[in-house]
This record gives sequence, C-alpha cells and structure tokens, in this order.
Amino acid sequence: MTVQELPGAASYRPVPPPAWKPRTDPAPLLPDPEPYRVLGTEAAGGFAPDVLRRLYAELVRGRRYNTQATALTKQGRLAVYPSSTGQEACEVAAALVLEERDWLFPSYRDTLAAVARGLDPVEALTLLRGDWHTGYDPREHRIAPLSTPLATQLPHAVGLAHAARLRGDDVVALAMIGDGGTSEGDFHEALNFAAVWQAPVVFLVQNNGFAISVPLAKQTAAPSLAHKAVGYGMPGRLVDGNDAAAVHQVLSEAVARARRGGGPTLVEAVTYRIDAHTNADDATRYRVDDEVEAWRRHDPVKLLERELTERGLIDEDGIREAADQAEDMAARLRERMNADAVLDPMDLFTHVYAEQTAQLREQAAQLRAELDAEAEGDDR
Amino acid sequence: MTTVATRAAARTAAKPATMAQALNRAMRDAMAEDPTVHVMGEDVGTLGGVFRVTDGLAKEFGEDRCTDTPLAEAGILGTAVGMAMYGLRPVVEMQFDAFAYPAFEQLVSHVSRMRNRTRGAMPMPLVVRVPYGGGIGGVEHHSDSSEVYYMATPGLHVVTPATVEDAYGLLRAAIASDDPVVFLEPKRLYWSKSDWSPENPAAVEPIGRAVVRRGGRSATLISYGPSVPVCLEAAEAARAEGWDLEVVDLRSLVPFDDETVCASVRRTGRAVVVHEATGFAGPGAEIAARVTERCFHHLEAPVLRVTGFDIPYPPPMLERHHLPGVDRILDAVARLQWEAQS
Ligand SMILES: Cc1ncc(C[n+]2csc(CCOP(=O)(O)OP(=O)(O)O)c2C)c(N)n1
Repeated sequence: MTVQELPGAASYRPVPPPAWKPRTDPAPLLPDPEPYRVLGTEAAGGFAPDVLRRLYAELVRGRRYNTQATALTKQGRLAVYPSSTGQEACEVAAALVLEERDWLFPSYRDTLAAVARGLDPVEALTLLRGDWHTGYDPREHRIAPLSTPLATQLPHAVGLAHAARLRGDDVVALAMIGDGGTSEGDFHEALNFAAVWQAPVVFLVQNNGFAISVPLAKQTAAPSLAHKAVGYGMPGRLVDGNDAAAVHQVLSEAVARARRGGGPTLVEAVTYRIDAHTNADDATRYRVDDEVEAWRRHDPVKLLERELTERGLIDEDGIREAADQAEDMAARLRERMNADAVLDPMDLFTHVYAEQTAQLREQAAQLRAELDAEAEGDDR
Repeated sequence: MTTVATRAAARTAAKPATMAQALNRAMRDAMAEDPTVHVMGEDVGTLGGVFRVTDGLAKEFGEDRCTDTPLAEAGILGTAVGMAMYGLRPVVEMQFDAFAYPAFEQLVSHVSRMRNRTRGAMPMPLVVRVPYGGGIGGVEHHSDSSEVYYMATPGLHVVTPATVEDAYGLLRAAIASDDPVVFLEPKRLYWSKSDWSPENPAAVEPIGRAVVRRGGRSATLISYGPSVPVCLEAAEAARAEGWDLEVVDLRSLVPFDDETVCASVRRTGRAVVVHEATGFAGPGAEIAARVTERCFHHLEAPVLRVTGFDIPYPPPMLERHHLPGVDRILDAVARLQWEAQS
C-alpha cells in the first residue's frame, strides 16, 4: 500500500511544503532485517588486519577488566558493578571508532568504553566505588560523566554535537544506551532533535535482551530497535553486537557520515548480558540458563579469536601476549583499588557553587568542628 | 475483614516481618479486596521489584494486575492517570527517588490538580510509591530526599512510614484514598523488623495523624521516615545528659498534624526538627514556622533544625558526614538551653 492508498490519504499532502529541505545525505532509512555480520563471512577478508588485532587486544583486556571489577565488588572495594561481559565488542568498538576530538556519552554500564577510550581505569570507577560521583574531567577526556539516570545523556550528546557544528568543528558525539532506556521520553526527544538539526551524532543501542528483569518484548513492539530511527528520519542499522568487526564497521560508517554533515544514525547492536544486571541482582528470577549458554557460544572474544587464527593473523604467542597484557592491567587495577581512597570530608562543600555561599561556609565550619572533635576523641 | 489472602497468611507462623514485607502485604490485601487496584512499574512483576516489595503479586493476581511496564516514568504515571480516569486505582512504583523526576510533569501538571480543575468531577485515586533517602551506600541518584518537591505541590498527600506497622497501615489508607498519595518509603528501613505479623494486621491508619513515639518532658524531636529511629536513639542517649526527650513521628507531611505536634511542643516548650533532606527551604522550614506561629508563647527557645547539608547528596563514602546523626541532634538539644546562651 502506498501512502496515497491509505485511509485518510485524501488530506495527505503529497508535495512537500516549500520550506521543506531534503536531508543532505540521503541514506536508506530501514534497517536490514538481519543483524549485519563480518566475522566468518567474506566481508572479513577485506578487513584491515591491524584493526582486527587492536580490537582483539582491547576485547581481551575488557573481559579481564569486567571479571576484575566484579571480583572487587565481592571484596567490598566497589559498591556495585554493572558488568558488560558479553558486550565487550560494543564497548570497545564504540571507543575505537572515535577521533580524539570526538565525544563519548556512555550509559552507566559503559565503564569499559571509557577505559578503552583511554580513561584511567581507577578514575573510571569512582562512581561505583563511591568516593566521588565523577572521578575525571569530562572535558579533558571528552567523555561525559558516567551516571545512572537512563537516556538523559542522549539530549546532551545532541546538544554538544550541534554546538560543535555551530562552531565549525568537525566533532562527532557517540551516545550509548541500553534497550530499556529507549523507552524513555529523553530517547525520543534526542532522536528527534538530532534528526531535525542534522546533528553529527551516532546513537548506539546495546540491546542485551533485558532491562534488569524486563525482556525486550515487554519494552517495545517494534520489529527492532533500529526501526525506531525511521520515524525520525534517520537511518537505522542493525548489527551483531558480538561481532567486533561488524560493530566497528557500522559505527565507523555512521561516524564518517555524521562528520561529513550527513546527520545522525541509530545503530542497534544485538548482544547479550552474560552476567546479572549488577552484582546485587539475582538473574535466576527472570531468565533461564539455556539462553545464557547459547550466547556464551557466540562469545565476542572467541568469535574474533577464531577469525584471527584462521586467517593466520595471530598465533598462540599472540594470544598469550594479549592475555598477559590483560593480566597486568588487572593486577595494577587490583593493587590500586585495594589502597583505601583518600577522602577529605570538607570536599562536600567545595564544588557546590563556583563561589561558596555564606550558608555553606557556616555548614563547613560546623563539619570542621565535628571532625576536630572526632580526631581529639580518637587521640584520647 | 477476612479475605482469601488474610486466611492464607494466617496459616503461616507469626514471625518478625520487615517493612518491605508489610508493604507487600498491604498491596496484596488491597488487591484481593478491590479488583480495581493495579500495581505497575519497572521490574515489579517477575522480579518483584528491586527491593522485592511487589514480590509474588504478579503470580497471585496476574500480569494485568501487577504489570512490568516499559522503562519510562513519565509514561508510567501518565498512563496511570488515564487508568484512574477510567475508574481503576493504580499503585505506581518509581524504582528510586531520583528516577521519579521524569514523571514530575504528570505529577505536577495533572495528578495533583485534576480534582481541582474539574471541580471535583475527576478525582485521582492513585498512589505513587517512591523509595527515598540515603544511608544504604547507593551511588549517585539513589539517595535523594525529594519530599519537599511533593510537599510544595498542592493537591498531593505526602506520607512516609517509620515503622513496619505504619508501612502496612498507611499504604492501605493511601490505596483507599480518593486523592493522589505520594508514598515515600524510607529505603534504609526496608529491612527493619518488628513483631508485626500478618495475623494481626495493624490498623489501617488514617492519613494525616502524627504519633508520639516516645514521651518526654524537656524537648520535642519532630521527625519522620528514616530519621525517626535516629531520633529515638538520640532520645535514649540524651537521658545521660539529663534530657527527657519526646519524639513525634509525623507519618504524614501533607496533611500536617498541627494538633499533635503543637500539643507536644506546648508541653515541652522546646523543639528540634530532624530530617535528612537539605535544610534550606526544606521540610523543616515549614514545620518550624508553623510551630512558631502556633506555640510562640510556649517556646523557651527557637525551633531548631538538624538536617542534611545544603549540598547535592554526596557519594556513599562521605554520606555519614552528611546525614543527621545522634551527635548532631544532641548538639542541637544542648543549644536549646537558650536562656543560658543569650
Ligand atoms: C530514569 C531511570 N529509571 C530507572 C532507573 C533504574 N534502572 C537502572 S538500570 C535499569 C535497566 C536498564 O536497562 P537497559 O536500558 O536495557 O540497559 P542495560 O542495563 O541492559 O545495560 C533500570 C530500570 C534508572 N537508572 N534511571
């Protein structure tokens, strides 16, 4: 059925009004019906070996980071950790497709993307350790604060990308979000703004099957999350989120398109959350082991390792080397996280305003006196 | 009233119940008695809520009565408004205090004023349950005390239990209310226990009545929710210093029980308001002003406030410095010896 044949189409205006401007870089809007794959297909042959090797090293490190951070929760060194085990291909590819001048807008689960982008692994964990909310300077790293309200970072990404373009900079913003977060109003508003402004933004949805306990089927009735792009007037791409090469390629294309003024893209990466929502969650209440096992067999690290091995791009020494480097990273992380965070309670008042108010100075003095009294009590 | 649910529960042995269980029980009883009661929110079904407050409701009443919604707070509350328009009684769960903010538009623009703007033709009998407050080591956005925003919105009831019994009694009343109720659940008390058991369900507590938790003669501590146990502890500690403190648990912030509060302050002549929300323009400001207006001639000292600092809620490793504790309350009590100072 064409639009003209639809009921009510008589009042439908077939000719665009004069002010209407076509999108500058028309790309097909509808996503492919099947997630795009590279590994194990012919497309892999054309893939730059260096990129594949780099992805592999980062995947191995990322996996190790996840297991180490999860172990740190058991020792009480982290208040909580939302593991991205199983989703490392998305995390790593998101970081690697960006230039230094670009910006990353992670969700609360995307510590790994921030680390792969070069953020100090300990600074990346302050929110989850509990010593401060954001442990790094977002402007220095061009990584927005990792934080927990869902979807709220998406409009920020659009605004930043828009601002960069207004200033004549060819900066791209990549914003990450989970499948559940796509139900929030902020997601819809961000996509709409991005498309209307043709902002240089890439939205990456990691569809890992669940929002805590709620499966995708209860989140959306759309054929795929990538389909959501169509209504806003931006292309939607569906990709196998466990195929690091495929995610890398699709995101690279989207970033390139955004950079040359082609506007936003919505990418849905189909993946799976192997661990529970966080260490505090009991996943047995809402999912079955068989499903987890099936996804384990489609493991992002193993998929890439097989490809590299079969094409002779890596040998056992190379695999061992990647594992050793990951182990070093984990050991350093462990060591640094096992040292108690050094905290100054007076920091509570330091950064509330650019200039401290008289009211806060008074409260700071009160706390100072309490701390002094406490210290005296300890001395006695 | 005996229902299937209460009979079933009576068969289980009496053992101390937690506040989370009492809340669960209140919803179960309400759902069993009234088919128009619907529970909805993120993860409330299969998982039973991240705090397990809705555990088992979906199993017992079906997914249409206890529904896992899409992840969208404005959508959850907005659809609840429509359901209430059609005669249902939605009980909505917001997963954490700071995640209720996307629903503010619905709360302020529609929920709170629907009765008023329709001259009473369209009431909003819905409950918004919000786990709130700190002290559980939560990361940013998991510890806000947002009661003052709700209190400042005419048309909403705002209640918060401090005991297991009240959790049951007040939630029953909230669900039965023909007006919208913001039901604030002090999340650090979810696991507090009492000998309350489902066999002798606490009375359904009318909304709007404060209670004296502990009698005393030298001063009144006025508090609610998570700060009530802290005040009781402070009152015990104050005995050593010769102070006999009365503790009033407000239970309901809107409507406010001037009578109980003022009767207490008139008896003791001194008052301290204690809460963990920020102090500036916080709930204590309203309470202190009301008490002063009504009890001025009985007061021996200004009404003091012990509250959280006027800062965004701090990270978990620093929250103990922020939350009003026993020492800070005792310091304030000492300052109530106004004559000696001035
Ligand atoms: C606005 C808001 N509502 C609720 C929450 C509580 N919450 C934290 S994570 C989560 C599930 C997120 O699911 P999804 O977006 O699919 O991301 P995933 O956890 O799968 O990475 C929920 C409901 C929140 N953080 N923010």
